[in-house]
Amino acid sequence: MKQLWCGALALLMTPAILATEMPLNMTEGVTDISSRVYHLHMTILYICCAIGLVVFGIMFYSMIYHRKSKGAVAANFHESTKVEILWTIIPFVILIGMAIPATTTLIAMEDTNDAALTIKVTGSQWKWHYSYFDQGVEFYSLLSTPRDQIEGDAPKGEYYLLEVDRPLVVPIGRKVRFLVTSDDVIHSWWVPAFAIKKDANPGFINETWTHIDKPGIYRGQCAELCGKDHGFMPIVVEALPEAEFEAWLASQQQQASLDVLEAEASLAVTLEIEELMLQGEQVYLTYCAACHQPNGMGLPGAFPAMKDSPIVTGDISAHLEMVINGKPGTAMQAFNKQLTPQEIAAVVTYERNAWGNDTGDIIQAIDVNQHGQ
Amino acid sequence: MNTLTQENQVSMDGSLQDDHNHDDGHHAPPSGIMRWLLTTNHKDIGTLYLWFSFIMFLTGGLMAMVIRAELFQPGLQLVDPNFFNQMTTVHGLVMVFGAVMPAFTGLANWMIPMMIGAPDMALPRMNNWSFWILPFAFIILLSSLFMEGGGPNFGWTFYAPLSTEYSPDSTALFVFSIHIMGISSIMGAINVIVTVINMRAPGMTWMKLPLFAWTWLITAFLLIAVMPVLAGAVTMVLTDKYFGTSFFEAAGGGDPVMFQHIFWFFGHPEVYIMILPSFGIMSAIIPTFSRKKLFGYSSMVYATASIAILSFLVWAHHMFTTGMPVFAELFFMYCTMLISVPTGVKIFNWVATMWKGSLTFETPMLFAISFLVLFTIGGFSGLMLAITPADFQYHDTYFVVAHFHYVLVTGAIFTIMAAVYYWIPKWTGHMYNERLGKLHFWCSVISVNILFFPMHFLGLAGMPRRIPDYAIQFADVNQIVSIGGFAFGLSQLIFLVVVIKCIRGGEKAPAKPWEGAEGLEWEIPSPAPYHSFTTPPVIK
Ligand code: HEC
Ligand code: HEM
Ligand SMILES: [Cu+2]
Ligand SMILES: [Cu+2]
Repeated sequence: MKQLWCGALALLMTPAILATEMPLNMTEGVTDISSRVYHLHMTILYICCAIGLVVFGIMFYSMIYHRKSKGAVAANFHESTKVEILWTIIPFVILIGMAIPATTTLIAMEDTNDAALTIKVTGSQWKWHYSYFDQGVEFYSLLSTPRDQIEGDAPKGEYYLLEVDRPLVVPIGRKVRFLVTSDDVIHSWWVPAFAIKKDANPGFINETWTHIDKPGIYRGQCAELCGKDHGFMPIVVEALPEAEFEAWLASQQQQASLDVLEAEASLAVTLEIEELMLQGEQVYLTYCAACHQPNGMGLPGAFPAMKDSPIVTGDISAHLEMVINGKPGTAMQAFNKQLTPQEIAAVVTYERNAWGNDTGDIIQAIDVNQHGQ
Repeated sequence: MNTLTQENQVSMDGSLQDDHNHDDGHHAPPSGIMRWLLTTNHKDIGTLYLWFSFIMFLTGGLMAMVIRAELFQPGLQLVDPNFFNQMTTVHGLVMVFGAVMPAFTGLANWMIPMMIGAPDMALPRMNNWSFWILPFAFIILLSSLFMEGGGPNFGWTFYAPLSTEYSPDSTALFVFSIHIMGISSIMGAINVIVTVINMRAPGMTWMKLPLFAWTWLITAFLLIAVMPVLAGAVTMVLTDKYFGTSFFEAAGGGDPVMFQHIFWFFGHPEVYIMILPSFGIMSAIIPTFSRKKLFGYSSMVYATASIAILSFLVWAHHMFTTGMPVFAELFFMYCTMLISVPTGVKIFNWVATMWKGSLTFETPMLFAISFLVLFTIGGFSGLMLAITPADFQYHDTYFVVAHFHYVLVTGAIFTIMAAVYYWIPKWTGHMYNERLGKLHFWCSVISVNILFFPMHFLGLAGMPRRIPDYAIQFADVNQIVSIGGFAFGLSQLIFLVVVIKCIRGGEKAPAKPWEGAEGLEWEIPSPAPYHSFTTPPVIK
């Protein structure tokens, strides 16, 4: 009776699973490789199901017909060299059948030769950095889901936790090679639609590649535990047709040179404290709050508080040094690559005057530029 | 094994009981807490191990409940991500080193001497030590959760440099507690080896040895081979973090991937350490309730040995995404696939044992049969994970979480429970309550599948493991998984009730409560006297 109850309960769960919008299987993806991987996965799944059916079938037959309550009397056999050799050899042959397609697929996956474009992918706590080789284009890509959605104060969007401020843009129809590495701990760059998952190891470079057939937006996530916000460093790849990609690249190059000019121009500008505080808060929330927390209190034992910190309320140049060059061997990374002098000036000003730090210090872009010269 | 006879009249006539009284007169165990602190008796120590393991199972289970509660809905509700990571890490460590391994050592302590006709374990004082250092290891580990900065949060695999430069201050405590657990395991393993090799009753040749003793013997060799490797790994983490070495730091000439090689050189044999004794338990229970001899005894022994040997050649299948050269990936793929051959042989042998038997379905048999099905499912997903190109998609997703819970929970834990139901009449002298036992079984087996089966789907759909929050599309399935989790957790309280009731009383158990059971342990009275086989039986 209770078996029936439990069985009914289990059955109740099945429609719930089938009703979900989530795909229940691996998807075929959008590259030749990903579809080969998908078919490999299905082949092995079917083989396993077939073996399972036979083995469990025999077992359940025996459970039904060889039960004592049906008057079954135990037979006396307990070995048979012939049968035992047979069921060693048959699985072995099946395995060889699996190994052949697996081997050819694997060898194809690891062939990174003849790429048309190379992109360096660098993981750091908790963002990705993309750099297009020989193109002068590079940028960081950060989670763009707002904090209040995560904390449940706002309804969650369609791409909750799978959206970034600047997606990686790649062309379709061309072999793109990725060089994957890390600035701090191990991360793993995973885009299921390309069947790429490659660890980003600090101090070492891994290679992988893709050749996308269909334009579109593809989403993935970091797949190696990399600390507190491991769940919050998604990957978004936008695959564009060749011509659109070239146009995008050209616009980025133009933007990059404009950015240089703008940064230079900003050195000559003196901002009021209100403006710096406003901009500084923005920068702080985007780049620093993950560790030092929005309220500046940090996480004791892991990330120091900014409020009343001796560095933040003390010598300005030590504070600048910390933000510009980071502290090697700790999670405090160098921000000179990620932020413009203007942004660093703003965030440092913000830290020195927020949360009751009230030092009254104002830092301008030129101060940042002069630091370390 | 059906030719066992007892020369020394150990059976229902109570002559052994006399022995026992006689012994007691000379050195009766002290009473109260001191009995347990000072005991060198294999049965007492077995009991201690088993209770300790159960407490750890509940502790780790509680952490799993925290994880599943946080994952019940998308968004951060209950715990912050850093604490979430501590929960997954400590859950894994507690379950592996606190629940599964001590449970097997407890069963070995209780059963191996009785199965091979020995009076006790070979090294009783060391036996006391190997148990009593364990609680301290876990007190240290668990108390680190309350330190500033929190406890270990880098996963039970503690990959460097997350566990070195970037780890909390409590890492030294983690390292210290792992060292103690390792020492305890090694002492336990030495004891099993010496006992099985030296203390078998006259006439018990190797090929008459019960499979539980065989599989444990092989497990013990694995333990001695790999626990020092784990000790080396944690020590290098310690010196990298606190003493300025750079074993795993590229900037100092080290290599973070080398950590993973060292860890998994320990870690893969470790997963067989957690399953080989299960195979031994299965090989005792299935024949008993099939009333038929185990099919293919010798191939079982050879299969166990080949699994143990192969387990040293497959460690890097956990590291396919780290960027190994193709030939290494191929080597580890082939070796891993090869392991499924001896594993398959075992499954087939058990099914062949049931075939044309005379089956009954008492609780131990129910757990054994569900092991057969569910562990095989875990084996299938293991085979899928071995296929390197596919592993790139499965690796570090919930597919892996599903896989290892099928082999650890419905594999190791289910056989441990089967073993408890099977041997508890011998331990307590009472039969457990069969109705409650069956209730426990059905609640467990249904909920465990609601809990772990949908995790396969989550992984295939792209949900990474070790994340405290997830994309909207995963919400429905996570909810179902969490409900299954709470149900499975609650079901284990039934087990606690059954065990306590059985200790307190119940129907008197005969020396051999199971019609089809074979082996020396069934020839001594139930409950087993404090000292058994003080003179060895002779086996013809
Ligand atoms: C990935 C985590 C992380 C991020 C992001 C981060 N920090 Fe830090 N920060 C740290 C850690 C860890 C330390 C402590 C380093 C040490 O061991 O001294 C630190 C230290 C500091 C200190 C010195 C405080 C003290 O009392 O020692 C300042 C100032 C600081 N960070 C500013 C920033 C600013 C500004 C940003 C954003 C632009 C930022 N941090 C982003 C992790 C982070
Ligand atoms: C009580 C039922 C259990 C539940 C509900 C449960 C649940 C979970 C969940 C959800 C995770 C994944 C966490 C994540 O990746 O975010 C996990 C991890 C893990 N579990 Fe369990 N588990 C249970 C029992 C067990 C048992 C009995 C064992 C071992 C014998 C075990 C061993 C592990 C290990 C080794 C990990 C990996 C930890 C890590 O990622 O570092 N679990 N468990
Ligand atoms: Cu990560
Ligand atoms: Cu392994």
